[in-house]
Amino acid sequence: MASAFFANWRQNIIYIGFLVIFVVFAATLADKGFLNPNNLLNIVRQTAMIAVMAIAMTFVLSAGEIDLSVGAVAGLSTVTVAMAIAVGGPVVGVIAGLATGLAVGMFNGWLTTRVGIPSFLTTLAMMGIAKGVAMWISATAAVPILSPGYSWLFGGGNIGPVPVLLLWMVILGAIGHIVLRRTGFGRRVLATGGGETAARYSGIDTKAIKFKVLVISSSAAALAGMLYAGRLQSGRFQLGEGDELSVIAAAVLGGTSLFGGRGTVIGTIVGALMIGLINNGLILMGLEFSQQLIARGAIIILAVALSQKRT
Amino acid sequence: MNATAAAVRMTGISKAFGGVRALDDVSLEILPGEVHALLGGNGAGKSTILKVLNGVHRPDQGTIEVGGVPLTTHTPEASRAAGIAMNYQEMSLVPTLTVAQNIFLTRERRDGIGFIDDAEAERRAAEIFAMLEVFVDPKAIVGDLGAGQKQLTEIAKAISQDAKVLVLDEPSTALAVSDVERLFVFLRKLKAKGVAIIYVSHRMDEIARIADRATILRDGRHVITAPLSELPIDTMIEHIVGKRSKGLADVARIQATKGEVLLELKDVSGAHKPEHVSLTLHRGEVLGLAGLLGSGRSSLARVMAGIDPVASGEIRIKGRAIVIRKPSDAIAAGVALVPEARATQGIIPAHSVGSNMILAVIGRLSKAGFVDTKAANALTDAQIERLKVKTASRDHAVATLSGGNQQKVVIGKWLATDPEILILDEPTAGIDIGSKAEIIRLVRELAASGKGIIMISSELSELLTACDRILVMADGRVYQDLPREALEDPAVPADDLAHRLQAAEQRLQIEIQKALAGEEN
Repeated sequence: MASAFFANWRQNIIYIGFLVIFVVFAATLADKGFLNPNNLLNIVRQTAMIAVMAIAMTFVLSAGEIDLSVGAVAGLSTVTVAMAIAVGGPVVGVIAGLATGLAVGMFNGWLTTRVGIPSFLTTLAMMGIAKGVAMWISATAAVPILSPGYSWLFGGGNIGPVPVLLLWMVILGAIGHIVLRRTGFGRRVLATGGGETAARYSGIDTKAIKFKVLVISSSAAALAGMLYAGRLQSGRFQLGEGDELSVIAAAVLGGTSLFGGRGTVIGTIVGALMIGLINNGLILMGLEFSQQLIARGAIIILAVALSQKRT
Repeated sequence: MNATAAAVRMTGISKAFGGVRALDDVSLEILPGEVHALLGGNGAGKSTILKVLNGVHRPDQGTIEVGGVPLTTHTPEASRAAGIAMNYQEMSLVPTLTVAQNIFLTRERRDGIGFIDDAEAERRAAEIFAMLEVFVDPKAIVGDLGAGQKQLTEIAKAISQDAKVLVLDEPSTALAVSDVERLFVFLRKLKAKGVAIIYVSHRMDEIARIADRATILRDGRHVITAPLSELPIDTMIEHIVGKRSKGLADVARIQATKGEVLLELKDVSGAHKPEHVSLTLHRGEVLGLAGLLGSGRSSLARVMAGIDPVASGEIRIKGRAIVIRKPSDAIAAGVALVPEARATQGIIPAHSVGSNMILAVIGRLSKAGFVDTKAANALTDAQIERLKVKTASRDHAVATLSGGNQQKVVIGKWLATDPEILILDEPTAGIDIGSKAEIIRLVRELAASGKGIIMISSELSELLTACDRILVMADGRVYQDLPREALEDPAVPADDLAHRLQAAEQRLQIEIQKALAGEEN
């Protein structure tokens, strides 16, 4: 069936697009070191945090919700981690970071499912609150992290040639993929976003599902913040700023529906890598930052437009 | 009978929505190992009581026992845990999941390590469909399926649950006659295992074949529960129709003079439905479309109003062939549709009566882009007066009005466009009996004032009261074109209006059942 092939072609546009862009860059930017393994690993290093947040965002979008606070929560967690490490060492730091994510996520979830404020507004407000708290407790100054072990494990280290960040991305991606595709929880998430009434009639506690995906999202954002902090050996409120847009773009590029019910973690990771790839290529081309923004926006619009299902 | 615990015992259930009483002190008892038919006309309260049983609605009053155990929490989860399974009319399917994923939603098959095993679910789903001897692809995405296949998926989902109480709400609408027989064979097996089955259907012949006992509801009240042996089909229909028609029977039928032909359809087909429909509508005439859900009545209305495309055939208005591609073409040609879903397609509930009334004519009421408030208010007041809309003022939100008055606002909104042809799709759905009679009186008046009206209603007594001629539809086709008089029963005395209406309703019921069976005369 030609139409079935066409539908699949649209569904798989992200993989085709990724390959096309990769090949174009490889051909045109080879002399500028695009194919240099170090450059390619750098793309991974720059994309890992976006990918980690986007994996969780896939769950949020699949459940028919959205989380705009991820960038700010990542920034907040860099600060809480760095401050906690300074006081109590790396273990306390990790606990503080995760606690930050859980606390914000539970608050988002409570406001969205119990008070009934749409997650768009809840998390938009939380974006400001998280950033404000981060600025306040750090007095807007960078907080250094003096724990080499922490920095190695959370973002800075390599195992042979392989960056630890790549491992984080791959492991979390694998877990995310299996949870979404093969567990009852993942199925409930997709059902909640695909048809909330039907899901409720089928006996799914859709509010609990929405609460959980928002907690997962904030926790992943906090982890991304911990990776930022480890890689840059400090906590600052500006880290992660504006990431929410890249995160949502990565998920949507990958084939996750903004309207819920459809999501793919693998697509999301490729989407994140594609954004990293575009950023990297545009820099190597020598475009100015202003031109990069325009080109990146245009490519994303094109890709999303192509992936839309026509009726 | 009290010695054995009833599978379901619902006692004194009442439920109201807004001001409308959907259920009034209804009791229902279902025994293990019986097929219990639940019967009633539209708005009798069948689906409400089923939704109370399923935990979708919380009863205002009354108690529910399942297998002798009181049901204290009213949620779908609690009812499911108590052993109740039901096929909702497409309501419980997630459009983005596959057929198999939907059937086993929340009861997913697991593999050795505890992960979801979709392949196993697809095999099990295929087995269920094979047992029913129908074909539905377990891997298909539900959103891509047609209505019939969705219904089958709903049925498969309900029967896959090994429930103690199985509720089947209109399961046969999607099935061919031979498929229904296979469903019955399966139900008899379940029955032998002691499962209690509640069966809802509009097809009396099915009820007579499968049910052991029946309960009939009317206007939210319990009418009778009796073994089928004591309920021949005409007795059933009598109880269903009952005195419900009384409020309607005394609606005066202003004899409109039939004028020129306003609308003519020649062999019109839509993309899917309707199929090859021809009809004529005269000035001053009310034409009714009768048929069950899915018979193509609403599709026909949408095609005439330019919402769905015309695939083939010709539409003529006042003898002139016209092309209707979009709703504004229809409006320009003088066709207005009062749509089926009042809350979503008809009104903007939070906006005032006034701003709803002028919605379709904002362009005509505007000067240099500004709405002429005086003209708008004059129009609104005139419509409120003409249609006798009960509202505190033109500035009150439509949501504060009763269902009947909301419907009048929708009708008023379309009358403002000054249509010659008015199509009303289920204009009395969800409104109380008094307002229904008023809407029908209004329909007669509009016809008498020289408009041509097409009315769709699932309430046959209303069609019979309102219409001069009735088309009987099934599967997208018109099977019968009956003048209203043809449905009269000469044996009933002419002055016994209520009884005459009841007799006519029974005749129309029979015509619809015949059309379903594909009989053309």
